[in-house]
Amino acid sequence: MVREVSESCVESLLAEIVLSYCSGFYANKPELAARRIEAIGFQVGHQLSERYTMDRPRFTDNLDAIKFICKDFWSELFKKQIDNLKTNHRGTFVLQDNRFRWLAHMSVDPSVQASGNIQDPSAMAENKSAQATGMHLYFPCGIIRGALSNLGIECAVSADISNLPAFVNRTCTPPTLSFCYSCMTEAVLFTQLLSEKWLFQSAVSSF
Amino acid sequence: MAPAAPKSGDVIFASVDRVNAELFTLTYGAIVRQLITDLEEVEEVNKQLDQMGYNIGVRLVDEFLAKSSVSMCVDFRETADVIAKVGFKMFLGVTASVTNWDAEGTTCSLILEDNPLVDFVELPDTCQGLHYCNILSGVVRGALEMLRVALPEVFKQLRLIRAKEVEEVSMKTEVTWLRDMLRGDDVFELQVKLLKQVPEEYPYKDDE
Repeated sequence: MVREVSESCVESLLAEIVLSYCSGFYANKPELAARRIEAIGFQVGHQLSERYTMDRPRFTDNLDAIKFICKDFWSELFKKQIDNLKTNHRGTFVLQDNRFRWLAHMSVDPSVQASGNIQDPSAMAENKSAQATGMHLYFPCGIIRGALSNLGIECAVSADISNLPAFVNRTCTPPTLSFCYSCMTEAVLFTQLLSEKWLFQSAVSSF
Repeated sequence: MAPAAPKSGDVIFASVDRVNAELFTLTYGAIVRQLITDLEEVEEVNKQLDQMGYNIGVRLVDEFLAKSSVSMCVDFRETADVIAKVGFKMFLGVTASVTNWDAEGTTCSLILEDNPLVDFVELPDTCQGLHYCNILSGVVRGALEMLRVALPEVFKQLRLIRAKEVEEVSMKTEVTWLRDMLRGDDVFELQVKLLKQVPEEYPYKDDE
């Protein structure tokens, strides 16, 4: 029988990491905070993938490893598989989760959506809320990067969200989370993590 | 309307969303490791873990009250029992026991024999003085501070206000580790001590 804890424990812990690093230690340095949070995720992903691949033979290629992440690994973590996997066959993969559990209880400040339209052209408000939720994504990105690293694949992982639920009681589609993963040589790995906006745009343009 | 009977910890734990404890254990371990790297001083790490736990406890207590149907006005003894049997069970999946009550009923020990936070964990010698599970002490402290109990008899002697009797106070506690399995003890023992408090003084007299 696998030992379990309540999901609130994990969610509280993750919220606290983000709070401590973003508002505490590195209050004015979001990039440093992001790196620390990602590093924590990396360690977790690394150890988890080791445990979940103990009885398996080594993966023969990148695609098999990614499929493992999408199916077995994601099932162990979130009790569901990745909903959609896309690739450009040149080293970039996009993993899409249409109901990402860790964001299910997060929403955007209703004042941002005063016009009732999520694509409100208020750039600053959008930026702030995107930044806040973006911080919560570094941990799962780190988990994926750590898991793949243990399987022998060096990569950079970035994430993007669409359709966050709102406080206002109305029907919304559940949050959709896309992970974009790109195979890179180690030399450029470090810079990729810091400029993930660049990474995502370049991945999109290469489709 | 009679309040709903309090539910047992097992029942609540079976009804909440649960995840693999490994994710929780490894995430906590990675956090502690990262904090040690960033803060370097073991005492600083202890303090930070306690603070994080406090913030978590303050939030978790809402879920605790909502799901356990525990009534708000109980005494410290009952509260400690409920935290141990229901609180720990519904979140961590393990029950604690309450022992070592002092004569005044303001200090007790929570004993944990099974702790998901420390599965597969061994402390290296470089971490002398680290309270690995310090987040738990923060959680207990934060949760208790949000709960209100009847003012214990022994504190009523300290009362200074003349106006209407204040019967309830929030529980400010001091929580310390007495025994730690990662240091070779046989159980985890958390001492919870209710701090002497004077009920709030009202700046104006009652108009009744």
